[in-house]
Amino acid sequence: MQRNPDIPTIVKIEKVIDETPTVRTLVFSDEVLSNVLPGQFAMVWIPGINELPMSVMISREKGKAAFTVRKHGFASTELYSLKVGEQLGVRGPYGSSFTIKQGKILLVGGGTGLVPLIRLLTFLKKTDDVTLLIGSKTKNEVFFEKMANQILEHNKHAVIVVTEDGSYGKTGLVTEAMENLFSQIKFDVVYTCGPEKMMHKVVQLASSKNIYVEASIERMMKCGMGICGSCCFGEVLACRDGTVFDGKYLLTNKEFGYTHRNKAGILENY
Amino acid sequence: MKPNISTEVGAIKIERPTMLASGILGISLEVFDRLYKEGAGALVTKSLSKEPWEGYPNPTVVGVKAGYLNAVGLSNPGAPYFAKMISSNKTVPIIVSLVGSIPEDFDFMIKQFENVKILGYELNLSCPHVEKVGLEVGDDPELVHKIVKSVKTQSKVPVIAKVGLGSSDYLETVRVACESGVDAITAINTIRAMAIDVETTRPILSHKIGGLSGSAIKPIAVRCVYEISSQFDIPIIGCGGVSSWEDSIEFILAGASAVQVGSALVDKWVGVFSEINDGISKYMEKKNFSKIKDMIGIAKKP
Repeated sequence: MQRNPDIPTIVKIEKVIDETPTVRTLVFSDEVLSNVLPGQFAMVWIPGINELPMSVMISREKGKAAFTVRKHGFASTELYSLKVGEQLGVRGPYGSSFTIKQGKILLVGGGTGLVPLIRLLTFLKKTDDVTLLIGSKTKNEVFFEKMANQILEHNKHAVIVVTEDGSYGKTGLVTEAMENLFSQIKFDVVYTCGPEKMMHKVVQLASSKNIYVEASIERMMKCGMGICGSCCFGEVLACRDGTVFDGKYLLTNKEFGYTHRNKAGILENY
Repeated sequence: MKPNISTEVGAIKIERPTMLASGILGISLEVFDRLYKEGAGALVTKSLSKEPWEGYPNPTVVGVKAGYLNAVGLSNPGAPYFAKMISSNKTVPIIVSLVGSIPEDFDFMIKQFENVKILGYELNLSCPHVEKVGLEVGDDPELVHKIVKSVKTQSKVPVIAKVGLGSSDYLETVRVACESGVDAITAINTIRAMAIDVETTRPILSHKIGGLSGSAIKPIAVRCVYEISSQFDIPIIGCGGVSSWEDSIEFILAGASAVQVGSALVDKWVGVFSEINDGISKYMEKKNFSKIKDMIGIAKKP
């Protein structure tokens, strides 16, 4: 029987990977979530604690999926602190996904925003020429660089790390590195996920060069299925109409890059 | 001739009989505008309180067999913020849902909307999962009387009372609301319910107990509309598990002048309104009904 995506399915954490001092990947077996499209998310229930929307991370093992979480607030710290053998409830998958295009592809990610981009890499063709820009504040916060290179080993590719303090890779903001790349390479498509200010800049830059661009946005989410309204973003719902939107739409949405709603639904500035 | 699907809920006139139910998607004017264009006849806001409420921690909404369970905790930005947000509204038919504990709460909130274009108010006397408001008010006839009386004095637009199944006889709440001058009744709200995950042995909702919505409660809601319609001369809005034109017609035959749609958005998304409207129109054509009024309550015929 097909499972009801809105009822939590219980999975058990099989492996915990420390990515950085504040980021961990929790691996579990689940056929449904192992096959989601890049950009789709699950509502992740930490029984008795809380429930969080999480982009579904890949596992290199068949039939497995993962969540990559940064300890930040109460709920994410609880999720981060779970150990092998502990249980989680998962609902979904929910939301839209990145449109798979071909050619010269640029992906720009920051922090755990890399999760859907890493999944996207596994959907690309071997003939694609792929550049992944990883933005980070400092060296010890960089993760997924090695994994990205492994996924792309049969592609013409470049994985470029940019740190704000220059402690690793290139120095500066990831969007500055993107501007440099634009002066050398004509990309066919740009995908981005990360802090909204960064994505806003990425979308503006790509759009100014008439390059098709998609971004996966994040908002306060409660139901995940398009009824509670918490994640409304202009006239669209992030959980249902998104989370992936194209740049042309995003630049018409006056909330993009500027405001998001808090738990009560009040608009706050980024 | 094409049937006319406009309807009247007392003095509230709407172009189409399908409303967005309170609690669903109701926190921004842009979303209301979109749903109106998609075919909703009116948009009921999330229940607003005097001050902003964050609601309960997640999980707040989950699926169950044949429906959904929620204890969102009436999260809302508060009446003053909301009134300001929709103050530019000119075209969208909005019904403002209000929640409070005492008449003064409602008086305060109604003042916020004095210069805002709205169709009416819907008083939430039936939310089943927040203390001191909702059902706890609806279960107290004296309080219902005081609140409705006071709101009716303050409000320049029609006032609807949304009732649900609490610990007292809901028909008593309807009677008191009618005697206190309410203009219409919405029936019903979600029904107190819970779900426990057997694997982790934990209640799923953070609030543990919430409200059940969706197909599972539709026959109960139809029964309530039928009972209210049989006993009182008051316009009724049917709510509870409406997901198709057949469901909507069923509510209308039981005595409803309009219906509200909520949980069905999960499966059918924003297209649900036009799908229902078209279905109602085709049904009326087939059955030779020229207007909604001709169908209201006809299941009561001996």
